[in-house]
Amino acid sequence: MKTIWEKLYKWIDERVDLADLVEFMGKKYVPIHRHSIWYYFGGVTLFLFLIQVVSGILLLMYYKGSEDLAFESIQFIMSKVQFGWLIRSIHSWAANLFILAAVIHMFSVYFTKAYRKPREITWLTGMFMLFLGMGFGFSGYLLPWNELAFFATKVGTDIAGAVPIVGKPIMVLLRGGEDVTGATLSRMFGFHVAIFPGIFAVLLGIHLVLVQRQGMSEPIGHSESGGDLKTMPFFPNFLLRDLLLWLIVLNVLAILAVLFPWELGVKADPFASAPAGIKPEWYFLFMFQSLKYIPAEVLYIEGEILGILLFGLAFALWTMVPFWDRKSNFGQENKVVTYVGLFVVAFVIALTILGWTA
Amino acid sequence: MTESTAEKVQEERRDLLKWLLGGSLVAWIASVAYPILAYLQPPKQNEVAVQSIKAGKLSEIELDSGRIVKFGTKPVILIRTNTNELKAFTATCTHLDCTVQYSKEKGIIWCACHNGQYDLTGRNIGGPPPKPLEEFRVLIQEDEVLISKNT
Ligand code: HEM
Ligand code: FES
Repeated sequence: MKTIWEKLYKWIDERVDLADLVEFMGKKYVPIHRHSIWYYFGGVTLFLFLIQVVSGILLLMYYKGSEDLAFESIQFIMSKVQFGWLIRSIHSWAANLFILAAVIHMFSVYFTKAYRKPREITWLTGMFMLFLGMGFGFSGYLLPWNELAFFATKVGTDIAGAVPIVGKPIMVLLRGGEDVTGATLSRMFGFHVAIFPGIFAVLLGIHLVLVQRQGMSEPIGHSESGGDLKTMPFFPNFLLRDLLLWLIVLNVLAILAVLFPWELGVKADPFASAPAGIKPEWYFLFMFQSLKYIPAEVLYIEGEILGILLFGLAFALWTMVPFWDRKSNFGQENKVVTYVGLFVVAFVIALTILGWTA
Repeated sequence: MTESTAEKVQEERRDLLKWLLGGSLVAWIASVAYPILAYLQPPKQNEVAVQSIKAGKLSEIELDSGRIVKFGTKPVILIRTNTNELKAFTATCTHLDCTVQYSKEKGIIWCACHNGQYDLTGRNIGGPPPKPLEEFRVLIQEDEVLISKNT
């Protein structure tokens, strides 16, 4: 006797031809080698994003995005709503793990030069998603309308405002006015729950279709040295391993969220002095800390502006790596790219630690 | 008509068509983008330009202390120094927009965000702030402290 599932499958298959789709999923093979572990981080990032969508939508059921109500609505979520504290703690913790996983994923792609032809578009969509992830973090940070977030947002948007020519209009656009006010909260709310998720979904779709179509890249020189390449089918073998890892990540997330519930702090007061200990989220710290070491003025340029321009240039170059690393495109090892990457990793870690302990 | 002129006429027509299509595409994009960009530009609210405010009773302000008061929509810091002088400055740090505070221990105006320091005349004396704080005038009328713009 046919099970109900088989009947359902057949019913849909008759109408939309599922066989094609199944074949599309089944054709991908994941190479097995000593760097295979890095193939898992994209999936972990995806999983954490899904958690953000679900927990974020749950928060939306009670959150109120206005100056007078935002802080109180989160207090309400945390004290009155059943499991409200847990949902909020999960959203906050997963936000951080999401960025961490995305950064690890990005560096693993960089060091294995998986961005090389023909995967330039995959790399570009990935980089834009990482920037959007930072945007998610920055905009979400203000939503509880607490003191720390209020001043961090003031500082963050003021830095954007220091960029020559375009800076001021961008700052006004972000703040919804000259100052950080309730209008800023409304805008950040809009970015966070509507604009960014919309753009992110499109990029993610392109990213995933490309990965599925092009298959996984192999490290340069791998196929020559190893002779026959060992692989494993994506579906179902790799996917099952992915799912197991997702389960582990979910457990880690639950432990963090329960044992270290996210703090709410003190409600923002635009007429109070900035408290000590204003810091951006950890993934902005390295930039924030670097700005402190640039002298107030370098060759008539304000130090802050010079720093912003240098970081902008560095991010642009990093994003464009598939287009200037010609050697990897021809399957040759490019040591320069590796050394640049190692320098960047060392720089980011060192300045993050300095910023953290400062 | 020779063949080549016919071709030429065709080509010109095609060019014209391209221009028309391209032009209307640009016009279409502009007519969609312009209202959106304009919409995002927050309207100027005519705030009542505050010229002066009452900041409380002198007898209620401790010696060697500072407080933030509302000057219209902007924060202003009012300080009673340990030499019993009253001083007021804009409280918005000239570095990156944080709100400053009075530091009793050091007898200076201090910004917690990046350790910016100003002396009690508002001059930037340490840390990243690039400019001094703007000073306000303080008047006392029968125990009432008045702060006004320094024009
Ligand atoms: C469609 C997706 C999302 C929705 C609907 C959503 C919704 C929300 C809502 C309603 C809040 C306010 C409640 C609160 O602050 O606890 C919030 C906060 C926040 N969100 Fe999201 N979010 C989404 C995705 C993300 C992503 C991808 C990130 C990744 C960085 C993120 C990071 C944050 C952060 C850091 C906060 C502040 C948490 C806090 O301090 O309470 N969100 N989000
Ligand atoms: S904002 Fe005051 S020192 Fe940076």
